[in-house]
Amino acid sequence: MNRSTIDLWVGIFVAAGFAGLLFLALKVGNLATFSTDPTYQVQARFANIGGLKVRAPVKSAGVVVGRVGDVRFDNESFEAIVSMNLSAAYQFPRDTTAKILTSGLLGEQYVGLEAGGDGMMLKSGDRLRLTQSAVVLENLISQFLFKSAAEDKGAKQ
Amino acid sequence: MRMADLSARTARLRARLERLGSTVTSLVWRLGFASRFLVYMVLHSGTAFRRFRLTIAQVYFAGVLSLVIILVSGLFVGMVLALQGYDTLQRYGSSEALGVLVALSLVRELGPVVAGLLFASRAGSAITAEIGLMKATEQLSAMEMMAVDPIARVVAPRFWGGVISMPLLAALFSAMGIFGGYLVGVQLIGVDAGAFWSQMQAAVDWDNDILNGVIKSVVFGAAVSWIAVFEGYDAPPTAEGVSRATTRTVVTSSLAILALDFILTALMFTGGN
Repeated sequence: MNRSTIDLWVGIFVAAGFAGLLFLALKVGNLATFSTDPTYQVQARFANIGGLKVRAPVKSAGVVVGRVGDVRFDNESFEAIVSMNLSAAYQFPRDTTAKILTSGLLGEQYVGLEAGGDGMMLKSGDRLRLTQSAVVLENLISQFLFKSAAEDKGAKQ
Repeated sequence: MRMADLSARTARLRARLERLGSTVTSLVWRLGFASRFLVYMVLHSGTAFRRFRLTIAQVYFAGVLSLVIILVSGLFVGMVLALQGYDTLQRYGSSEALGVLVALSLVRELGPVVAGLLFASRAGSAITAEIGLMKATEQLSAMEMMAVDPIARVVAPRFWGGVISMPLLAALFSAMGIFGGYLVGVQLIGVDAGAFWSQMQAAVDWDNDILNGVIKSVVFGAAVSWIAVFEGYDAPPTAEGVSRATTRTVVTSSLAILALDFILTALMFTGGN
């Protein structure tokens, strides 16, 4: 095999290797989504964030509009502070509600945004006032048990 | 009588201890020589980059000729992962997470590790045998006679060829494995294609998963190439010596890959999320 044929094959090999990496980056990974878009950051306080993780999606009407950038614990109010990086392409009113929701029964948790009616739009660094915490299964079950116990009592009387 | 018995036993014990000691010292000695060899080779790899055709020829031998085995194994590993993963995931009603399982296990672990093991046995052994045979037939000494540094002319291009090939092979292995997982998961079993890809894209991160996999494969490539060229260069110039060196290359580099994988994984994935 002469030199130029070797060069050709090495060229094909290197190109294929980079194509594989590109495939991993664009098709498998989430490099294409929100890594280069300009974003603005808003914060929200939650009494309980459940299993929310950094890089979890922020969705509005089911569409991914941003990602969770940071999750911290506030030592004064004993609440969780969630910082969200929203894509600058999407603007939300200032009285937007943030909820922590679960996709499917066992799926990952995400932040759901519900737009309000305010004329002013959210700016970078703003805080969402209206929030709803994650549903904790244990609390739900204990509420249900207490309720059914109370109903039993009522029925006996 | 008892004294003689005792002295014979201490002599046997002493001989055993001496054997153990000489094994350990020769290991340390070889490690020191191998490190010195690596530093010398890296310092004298100017030729490998100035006359880049030398390195390109080695990329051809180490990389292009390993393509078939890498692609076929990647495809099968991905297909098996999809079958096994589906079997477990569907018990929990989350078979849509199949894409995440296949992609993360390939990109983070199996891609670099299995491609590294295949690379060690396919290319590493060939490099050792080639250099060892060059040494046994005194080609390396002949080069030295002609004032050509055999490390710069023969060893360094093979080392850098391996370092360049390995990440590309690992990326191709992962990509092919994900394609195999797609074939089995979506085409054969019937997992929803949209969920397969979108959950994968939501879970696989460029920095944390793909780049760390690439870093792993570069480290494995350097380790395997280093072990292969060193074993070849250090092989006793006999047929038996070369054959032993080739075996040692495969064994040592496989162990090195697995040990390095543990260290790198412990460094990379301890953040929790």
